[in-house]
Amino acid sequence: MKRFVIKEFLHIFRDVRSMIILFGMPLIQVLLFGYAITNEIKDARISVIDHSMDYASQAVTKRLYASGYFLEGEHIGSTQQIEESFRKGENKMVVVIGQDFARKLESGNHPAIHLIADASDPNTANLLVSYASGIITAYSREIFLPENIPVIVPESRMLYNPDLRGVYMFVPGIITILLMLVSAMMTSIAIAREKELGTMEVLLVSPLKPLHIVAGKVLPYVLLSFINATAILLLSYFVFGVPVHGNLLLLLGESLLFILLALSLGIFISTVSNNQQTALMLSMFALMLPTILLSGFVFPIENMPDILQWISLAMPPRWFITIIKSIMIKGSGIEFIWKETLILVVMTMIFILASVKKFKIRLE
Amino acid sequence: MINENSKNYVIEVEGLVKKFGSFVANDNLSFFVEKGEIFGFLGANGAGKTTTIKILCGLLQPTSGKIRVAGCDVYTQTEAIKRQIGYMSQRFSLYEDLTINENFRFYGGIYGMNKAAIREKAEMMLEQLQLSDFKNSLISTLPLGIKQKLSFSIAIMHSPQIVFLDEPTGGVDPITRRQFWEMIYETAASGITVFATTHYMDEAEYCDRISIMVDGRIEAMDTPQNLKNQYQAIDMNEVFLKLARKAM
Amino acid sequence: MSEISVFGEGLKKNYGNTEALRGVSFSVNKGEIFGFIGPDGSGKTTLFRILTTLLLPNSGHAAIDGLDIVKDYRQLREILGYMPGKFSLYHDLTVEENLKFFAGIFKADINQNYHLISDIYDQIAPFSKRRAGKLSGGMKQKLALSCALIHQPRVLILDEPTTGVDAVSRREFWEMLIRLKKLEITILVATPYMDEAILCDRVALMQEGKIMTTDTPERIIESYPLRLFKIKSDRPLQLLKSVRQMQGVKNAEMFGEYIHASTNNEIIGIDEISGFLSKNLNFSFKIEEARPGIEDCFIYFMQKNK
Repeated sequence: MKRFVIKEFLHIFRDVRSMIILFGMPLIQVLLFGYAITNEIKDARISVIDHSMDYASQAVTKRLYASGYFLEGEHIGSTQQIEESFRKGENKMVVVIGQDFARKLESGNHPAIHLIADASDPNTANLLVSYASGIITAYSREIFLPENIPVIVPESRMLYNPDLRGVYMFVPGIITILLMLVSAMMTSIAIAREKELGTMEVLLVSPLKPLHIVAGKVLPYVLLSFINATAILLLSYFVFGVPVHGNLLLLLGESLLFILLALSLGIFISTVSNNQQTALMLSMFALMLPTILLSGFVFPIENMPDILQWISLAMPPRWFITIIKSIMIKGSGIEFIWKETLILVVMTMIFILASVKKFKIRLE
Repeated sequence: MINENSKNYVIEVEGLVKKFGSFVANDNLSFFVEKGEIFGFLGANGAGKTTTIKILCGLLQPTSGKIRVAGCDVYTQTEAIKRQIGYMSQRFSLYEDLTINENFRFYGGIYGMNKAAIREKAEMMLEQLQLSDFKNSLISTLPLGIKQKLSFSIAIMHSPQIVFLDEPTGGVDPITRRQFWEMIYETAASGITVFATTHYMDEAEYCDRISIMVDGRIEAMDTPQNLKNQYQAIDMNEVFLKLARKAM
Repeated sequence: MSEISVFGEGLKKNYGNTEALRGVSFSVNKGEIFGFIGPDGSGKTTLFRILTTLLLPNSGHAAIDGLDIVKDYRQLREILGYMPGKFSLYHDLTVEENLKFFAGIFKADINQNYHLISDIYDQIAPFSKRRAGKLSGGMKQKLALSCALIHQPRVLILDEPTTGVDAVSRREFWEMLIRLKKLEITILVATPYMDEAILCDRVALMQEGKIMTTDTPERIIESYPLRLFKIKSDRPLQLLKSVRQMQGVKNAEMFGEYIHASTNNEIIGIDEISGFLSKNLNFSFKIEEARPGIEDCFIYFMQKNK
């Protein structure tokens, strides 16, 4: 058993490709997603059409540009030019401040302020509008508190992630994808490789029990996946400032559960594939794509057709993403996520049972 | 010129050296193979046979040496060489999921044969192999021995000047092996030069001439009979063992 | 009578519609080197996989040292040493790591069992830090044998250990196997090389999923029922064609520089054949009576079965 695990580590450390998938990919993915998302928001070009030109409207304008999210885009003189400027790509959003802004604000009337965003990229548009609303709301509160003056724009508070920061959204998704990839794909390939080389024959014709073979194959990946998950959390905390509001131990525990689930899936895949290519293809199509597409990571589940929503219920990543989002962002304890956890536990047991049952003690 | 009392040489190798870094895979090889000759190219694993064959087929550039294959220079005319040679090995074979006819059409097409020529050649070859009734059978349904005879036929379908056979008879039953060698004899009689490697030492005796390579050098080259006389051996196996053991 | 170590009875195995084994029966004595000789596709690998408990036969049964290959597969796996067709080594592990790993899975102590493999392993020990993937065919073969032997198996099953290996390594490998006899390990070896038959104590000649005959190589040769002649000339192809045309010649095949012609007719002897050939050929030839080899016997059985 010990020798088995040692051998497995030697395989991993001597294979450049394995090492890249194991340790290079998480790093690159986190940085790529992190910067891709944050940069888009940081550098958005906007323009302000100020019909008031009073102290309040100018203060709001200044705040917007000083926020760090927006850059001053091509100046626009009138609302008629907005569409053209969107088409040319000069601006992503235009803020139109109505007449008598300061006066209306002081007198308690609703001052007119319009946020017009280029929604050809709806996600970005949404984020831009929310950022801007946040900034404007904050400003109005600041000046007119404590008198409790009505707010300028309709309040649409974004809970838990007030800035709607994309990084918060993607970290759980990335952890899920990477754990799935490393755990399931790597184990299924590792087992398929033994079959391809013919060494599986020798292992089978030895006193080793199937459970030993499986455990020996899987243990190194449990450890490595766990290190991976921790690395992603650390990276996102220090580079992007993604906080973990909930219990860290709970988070790690849930990760371990998901790793086990992914590993048993990997073993299951390996029992039906005889070479590394088949294992790779199966992992790609059976695991990666559903993880990315149906887990709610990229596309919101609520917007899917009913049938896809039903299918997504069977996707382990969906539940895991919900769990870690709750822990990391909401700071929820086990009492709020026990249902999802239970679902994962049941799924894990089913897959372990299925793969142990399917794992052949012979060649056919 | 390489050889003045010019016989009809189709492979001319003079001072072939191939180095991989500091490792010398082929150390100053020289040999000439005549048109229609069956030349056995023997050697232990790792002696450098594969390297030489790759060079002769135009797949690998030699480090130095004067080498001409089918009258073409291996440094500059590799494309011309490839049109003049056929190649068959145990590993490289036919497409299992295509029929016999489809394999003929595919390989004939590669060598630029027109449809009529392919059909004519395929019919003739299948007739000889008594496989005409099976021309629409998938390769995967055929026994190993027949597959090997077929892939040899396909290797010489475009009437190359030389055909390279890399361990063509591995694992084949004794009767099929002999039928295979009869095909080789007939091929050589038709003027195609045969350049073959094998691990079966008794097969070496079917060759007109053989060379035995040890550690990158040709240690012996002659007719099987002369080699047996020279090394006072009863068969080629003994010659081979004596030569290879001497080197250790 | 010696003790039986391995026996099989009526073993059959199908893959879909292909019959890989069509009823194979044999028995191997303890401490014997027993060869299964046959070309690719004759069923050797399937038979070995059944004996090593990797496949279940469709019918028939087999046992090794009294252990049934189906029921007692677990105990059986403790006493078997198995070397599959491709030398199953981990190419990314060094020679030493491979040996340690295979010793580990059998819970064998390398130091304690080193005497079993010292003869073989000493030859590759200088390369113990080299990755197995970088070894020559002969060295891989020695390492694979060491790995299969390190746990002191009672039965060693070697599937084509000499395929793709040059004549020198083949010879050395057989010398090692023969030296292993003193350990009283029963050795089953499969090979497509007919000339390796004489190195076995007993052999089974296999073709198309059947055993054609089983005996010591000497007795197989002795019982060759035909008269055999070897004929030689400078023009083997024409000679062969001519010999085949002669009435009473059962079979004629090339054997190295000779042609082997067999007759089952007592009347046809050297004089008759040379008379026939002299009439039909315009070149000289030499003919003499020959002693058959295993390959002649194999060809005889193949044709008899057709």
